[in-house]
Amino acid sequence: MDITQGRGNTPAESIFERVLPNAVTAKSSELFAHARKSSLWTLSFGLACCAIEMMSTHMSHHDLDRFGVVTWPSPRQADVMIVAGTVVKKMADPIKLLYEQMPDPKWVIAMGSCATNGGPYYRSYSVVMGVDHLIPVDVYVPGCPPRPEALMYGIMQLQEKILKDAKERGATSQAS
Amino acid sequence: MQVQQQARTADTIDLMINMGPQHPSTHGVFRVVIWVDGERIVKAEPHIGYLHRGSEKLCEGELYSQVITLFDRLDYVANLNCELAFCLAVEKLMALEVPDRASYIRVILCELNRIASHMLFYGVYGLDVGAMTPILYGFRERERIQGLFESVTGARMMHNFIRVGGVKEDLRDDFEPRMAVLLEELKQGIEECDDLLSQNEMFLARTKGIGTIGPTEAIDFGVTGPSLRASGVLEDVRISEPYSIYERFDFGVPVGTYGDCWDRYYVRVEEMRQSLKIIEQAMAQMEPGPVAANVRRIARPPKGEVYVRTESPRGDFGVFLVSDGSDKPYRLKVRAPSFANLQALQYLLRDAYVADAVVILGSIDIILGEVDR
Amino acid sequence: MEQPPRPPRQRREPEVPEAPVALDERGTALSALIRDVLKEFEVEVGAAVDEVVVTVKPEDVSAICRIAKDDPSLDFKYLRCLSVVDYIETLEVNYHLFSLDKRHKAVLKASVPTEEPHVPSVISVWRGADWFEREGHDLFGVVFDGHPNLTPLLLYEGFEGFPGRKSFPFHEYDEW
Repeated sequence: MDITQGRGNTPAESIFERVLPNAVTAKSSELFAHARKSSLWTLSFGLACCAIEMMSTHMSHHDLDRFGVVTWPSPRQADVMIVAGTVVKKMADPIKLLYEQMPDPKWVIAMGSCATNGGPYYRSYSVVMGVDHLIPVDVYVPGCPPRPEALMYGIMQLQEKILKDAKERGATSQAS
Repeated sequence: MQVQQQARTADTIDLMINMGPQHPSTHGVFRVVIWVDGERIVKAEPHIGYLHRGSEKLCEGELYSQVITLFDRLDYVANLNCELAFCLAVEKLMALEVPDRASYIRVILCELNRIASHMLFYGVYGLDVGAMTPILYGFRERERIQGLFESVTGARMMHNFIRVGGVKEDLRDDFEPRMAVLLEELKQGIEECDDLLSQNEMFLARTKGIGTIGPTEAIDFGVTGPSLRASGVLEDVRISEPYSIYERFDFGVPVGTYGDCWDRYYVRVEEMRQSLKIIEQAMAQMEPGPVAANVRRIARPPKGEVYVRTESPRGDFGVFLVSDGSDKPYRLKVRAPSFANLQALQYLLRDAYVADAVVILGSIDIILGEVDR
Repeated sequence: MEQPPRPPRQRREPEVPEAPVALDERGTALSALIRDVLKEFEVEVGAAVDEVVVTVKPEDVSAICRIAKDDPSLDFKYLRCLSVVDYIETLEVNYHLFSLDKRHKAVLKASVPTEEPHVPSVISVWRGADWFEREGHDLFGVVFDGHPNLTPLLLYEGFEGFPGRKSFPFHEYDEW
């Protein structure tokens, strides 16, 4: 390769690429972020009506598996918690406990208006006005319940957020 | 011999196992504490209320037309059936005559919703027993039905379509051809689902003779719907107290024999076929006409109280409505079928194996939104 | 020129119509039957819309329910619903009964004062009354004497007040 061919102010072809033509170089944090965003395991955890739409999203028609999203029944191996449904005060402690059991890095999607801000139950005596009063939320998906497409979009937004976070501050999640 | 004697004198303690509120097979947020002696369940104590949203109280602060949206979210798998129950209660109190076409639309949509609900049960029950495939088939059929709902009501789940005095709007022009296609697909789909799971040997081994309940106990516990019919009691509100226009249709009510898990499962599969029959008849009988009675937008039913029973996919869905003549209900009590059915769980779980607990719980098909309200 | 002040307009409370009573033949026959069977108790048999309403004294509830279930001509094997209605001064406990064989229905009503709401439990008659009574205790504070386990069912331990009652205010939005 003729090094002198490089025109002004553009780098010449890297030696690294010449030696390992299919390799990609990246910062380790960004590399991990790519891995993380491509295999988000969600905690299969339905609370109310939205859980049915969440199940629809996972099933054959919408197939969330395309995004590498797999449901997992245990919090110990889960990355994402999709809070699908109304959070009532009696359920507040179990949700906090579940969130704390999840290993870092972890993310939370508040699905539907109940999990976002109480939704149609904002006057109720027993409903928490949004799950963000209990745990930090990364993505809010509006709708009552959100369509499967909306949830998919929410997950794509989360993926973008993971990449962006890694790029900007090398951080892996909101919590850390 | 010696070993046996030792075993007899050895002290054993009952082991407590907690299941839920987050558990993949509790169908929501339901908690049950089980005490086991070895593999056998000694005692089971269900705990509910993890989804208690106070709907009944909220209904007292909403106009009659707004209450329907809260009813949508009670039994969130059979939304239209809940809407229908509430609207029937208000109409009965107001002595309203619902136009024929509206009644037919209601029946068609409610029966479709029943199929959708049973399809969810079918899929999830397969998952409970350990089969992954049925849920994919069940949701395929649900997706088809929801597609039709969307074209009629504009929403996949929370329709707010059945209103006091009729329905929100007339069907679209393309409803009939779409319905014809859907009926064919569903017919095929139900058969496919039936073939896939019902006679599977492993499925039979897991469900036959498990969690039996006799007719007397079932009635005593207030169990209704498919779970009661599986015990051999012929009780269907559509027949014993026909509401809306159900007396115009010819359909069968499947009844089980043993009241075990398989009977409860198969009664539902059979019910889907009967629902299709009702839909076909309704489609043939339906005639053009108005779809809503002349009701003031803010309905003010007269003072009084009324109790209406309807057959929701889970059983006897009752609405007790007390009106004081104002534009808001004075008191609204929902008699949720899952709430009563779930009481029988303690009875069903006695002396069962721990491994069967999930199978038994799945077979009574609870929806927590309705249990806790 | 000064006009004399107009007298304030009298706002008449609109007349509230009552729902018409339309008992069918079966209902009329049933009300006669109930009067006959329960003649040793102090009962008042009326009607509301299409149901026979039997108003009884709260202390008789358990005995009457036992008769209603066991008497072959009444045969109320199935307790449709047990609900509590708050009428400010009194709490009314409603027992909706149904006979699966004879297909007739009736409502039993018992009024108790709100300060001291005590009703005998009917759990020994219908086991299905268990949770309904616990719910009534939870939300309205009605004490069902003889119920073995009146612990909170829908609400959590330590909830103050009875949210079903009219005196319990609607929750206005506040941070929780």
